[in-house]
Amino acid sequence: MELKVFIVALGLLLGSLVAASSPAASNGKESSHSGVGDHESAGHGNQSRRAFPVLSFDYEHVRLPFEISLWVLLASLMKLGFHLIPRISSIVPESCLLIVVGLLIGGLMKLVGEVPPVLRSDIFFLYLLPPIILDAGYFLPIRPFTENLGTILMFAVVGTLWNSFFIGGLLYGVCQLEGVHLVHVDLLSCLLFGSIISAVDPVAVLAVFEEIHINELLHILVFGESLLNDAVTVVLYHLFEEYSSVGTITITDVFLGIVCFLVVSLGGIVVGAIYGILAAFTSRFTSHTRVIEPLFVFVYSYMAYLSAEVFHLSGIMALIACGAVMRPYVEANISHKSHTTTKYFLKMWSSVSDTLIFIFLGVSTVAGPHQWNWTFVIVTLILCLVARVLGVVGLTFVINKFRIVKLTTKDQFIVAYGGLRGAIAFSLAYLLDITHFPMRNMFLTAIITVIFFTVFVQGMTIRPLVDLLAVKKKQETKRSINEEIHTQFLDHLLTGIEDICGHYGHHHWKDKLNRFNKKYVKKCLIAGERSKEPQLIAFYHKMEMKQAIELVESGGGAKLPSALPSTVSMQNIQPKKPPADRALPQLSKAREEEIRKILRTNLQKTRMRLRSYNRHTLVADPYEDGWNDIIKRKKMIELEKKISQMNNYLTVPAPPPDSPTISRARLASDPQAWGMKTTTESIPTIKVDLASPQSPESVNVVDELSKKEKQQKQSKDKDEEGGLTMKLPERKEKEGDEDPPKCLMRCLSDPGPAPEDEDEDQPFLP
Amino acid sequence: MGSFQSLPDDHQYRTLSQKTGFSLEQIGILHNRFKQLSQNEDTLRRDDLKTIQDLESNPIRSQIIEAFFDKRNFQKDATGSVQEIGFEEFLTVMSYFRAPAHQITEEQREEIRRAKLRFLFNMHDTDNDGTITLEEYRHVVEELLSRSGALGRETAKGIADAAMLEVASITVGPMAPDEFYEGITFEQFLKILKGVEIETRMHIRFLNMDTTVLCK
Repeated sequence: MELKVFIVALGLLLGSLVAASSPAASNGKESSHSGVGDHESAGHGNQSRRAFPVLSFDYEHVRLPFEISLWVLLASLMKLGFHLIPRISSIVPESCLLIVVGLLIGGLMKLVGEVPPVLRSDIFFLYLLPPIILDAGYFLPIRPFTENLGTILMFAVVGTLWNSFFIGGLLYGVCQLEGVHLVHVDLLSCLLFGSIISAVDPVAVLAVFEEIHINELLHILVFGESLLNDAVTVVLYHLFEEYSSVGTITITDVFLGIVCFLVVSLGGIVVGAIYGILAAFTSRFTSHTRVIEPLFVFVYSYMAYLSAEVFHLSGIMALIACGAVMRPYVEANISHKSHTTTKYFLKMWSSVSDTLIFIFLGVSTVAGPHQWNWTFVIVTLILCLVARVLGVVGLTFVINKFRIVKLTTKDQFIVAYGGLRGAIAFSLAYLLDITHFPMRNMFLTAIITVIFFTVFVQGMTIRPLVDLLAVKKKQETKRSINEEIHTQFLDHLLTGIEDICGHYGHHHWKDKLNRFNKKYVKKCLIAGERSKEPQLIAFYHKMEMKQAIELVESGGGAKLPSALPSTVSMQNIQPKKPPADRALPQLSKAREEEIRKILRTNLQKTRMRLRSYNRHTLVADPYEDGWNDIIKRKKMIELEKKISQMNNYLTVPAPPPDSPTISRARLASDPQAWGMKTTTESIPTIKVDLASPQSPESVNVVDELSKKEKQQKQSKDKDEEGGLTMKLPERKEKEGDEDPPKCLMRCLSDPGPAPEDEDEDQPFLP
Repeated sequence: MGSFQSLPDDHQYRTLSQKTGFSLEQIGILHNRFKQLSQNEDTLRRDDLKTIQDLESNPIRSQIIEAFFDKRNFQKDATGSVQEIGFEEFLTVMSYFRAPAHQITEEQREEIRRAKLRFLFNMHDTDNDGTITLEEYRHVVEELLSRSGALGRETAKGIADAAMLEVASITVGPMAPDEFYEGITFEQFLKILKGVEIETRMHIRFLNMDTTVLCK
């Protein structure tokens, strides 16, 4: 049912697209829709009066944006459609379907008599490619990438060179054969063609590999190779293109080519890194204008790409370097919302780009000038496959001598099979000037055939093959805090052992880099206290925040996320203290700890919905305000000392084991006042029960949720920038043995020192 | 404790090689390093290791040094620590950091995994009662964060608590409110670190070491 509506809508859209792109139609419509009155076609010199046009049709001036929007809309609706059809999307990868759609649209346009647009290279390289690469570079998993960097570089550089020369050389040999009628294709053109077609395409690889969820190692190998071979492709392309008109290449040219390769790749990386550092530095100062933070990420990265392209450096490598360099610092500086925005914008743009590229490939196939030559195409196809397999096998043999985790035959097969070609090859060929390269059309045809073959045949069969060969899939487990602790521990341990051995190895340099980073770089690029935060703590807080947000999103207690230890609480692991050991001083220290914990676990608070917000100021982010609290903890300790003078109101009774309220420790926090007046029962709060001696420093988020206690929060109006306000809910319904905790609560909610004592700080108590 | 006299001879190297799995060349290199650290004596003491400058900045320095002198790591079923070790013990501890050979069976891989994780476990379980208690785990996290000042010390407790909770809930499951979770046993330790491929990650490349250049 949904599907039928969708198809009807799609049909209308297609119709309008076809109609809109035909220039002839618009003129006709204009004359017929020009409304009431005479229409002087003789020009405006004649001043005869015509009636005021109530409704007019003027398509020309919105033509370009209109068409672009239609295309983007079409691409997005296609994407929607594929996921509505359940069975097909599991058999055929999306890229194939999109190419087919492109073919259909191209065919439709040709039927109508229109010239379908071809994928123009400048549009492709300037607008469609960067979002995809930025998305890949920003979210590049750095650890596996650097661990396998040697392997990736071998495949990217040596593998691509091998492919280009093998294909180019053998093609030339074939062209020289009698009876093929291709004698006019000279060596340099063949080598040029070889270099264009040998590069593995990141767009196609991403599109196919994302759906098969292969294990991280293989994914990063193929994907890393597709990114890093851009430098090789750029150099070879320009080298052969430059000299093919001359006809010969000398040794000097080869030598210059090698130098050029180093310049192109390193230059690209340096340009990217510079822009990345600039972006990180800029993000340090954005704490007052959170709204435009994502913009900096996008614009700086795009500028890196364009700057690299100005000098014919490798734009892709610049983009990757920019994203990878800026990410750790920018993420420490920007708010959580901006982080989410960046992530979703990048994913959205890259998704749309990806879709458009494949559709245009299909359309260009129908539109483009073709010159079919059986021999050339078939030989190209076979040579591509053979070259790829030989290259991978040969390189792996060499690489395995240096790797600890060797690549098995299965891995090699997947790497070889995953060498997909895509739109970059097509666009590079399209850029060739037909006057210099009379066989350009033949090249284009061959390239399109290879692209179709790799995307359709290899793309469709890789998933069953992965299942058949039982290749290890991606592990979906969440990173646990234990693993993180032990990963860090291992890093330090291995560095220590290397130092004991006196061996300046891998770990030693990594450790040195980390220390340099911590000491100098982070101080410059990260704002405020976050610059000193060790990685383990950052990880822990990130995890806490994630859990807290999950709690809220899961409806506040309905279904708990599985990561939370829902069944074990702090008292299970805390050693039981003997009851006699509850002297008052111990309690006040415990309370001090509690207050500190309140501040720290501000991060675990639940989010209230905002009532309103100014377009230019977002409400202060809980995460970063949590940090402000930690900074201000000294003031809290002073306050606490004052509170501890109210000790004499407290007694510490032995808690009855089955008391519902004291049987667990709860942490009370109602941090940011978002300006909410209403309270709801279902908002889970974590409350501290300081009278519980069993677990003086315990936190138990989860158990709280299973019990909906009536609380009434004091509402308070605070500015949005006001930051932390501690409000402890007053509990109303408690039984008799609650008096001590109640007293305590009341004590804590006592106004305490006057707010004007603290000038710029947030008052601790209302 | 076999300690070597002046020049080691091939026979002793060969027995060591069989015991620990290092090649003769690697044993030679490590022996040179041992002599360098121990100032040409036959035994190594804690102070000798403390003189290594690069170790100064390592947060878990003392635990690493302790591991070399922990009897559990070089003798089966022995406990306690010694004051000085010979080359054989040094080599035995180093052998925990060898990479597994390429063509090994699943059982051998599992065995290597257990051995390496046992080494890690011993590093955490300082009182040798077979479990890592909350206090010991807290100590581990505090050491890791020891370079981070006051901030680190405060959150170390929270992190250690959260980690213990996680271990308990993964390995033991639901617990009644008055049950007490003693600590992490070795089997549970194995279980929670399943995701980290210890056998390949916990290694250093002994292949191309030239220790004579680095005199400290």
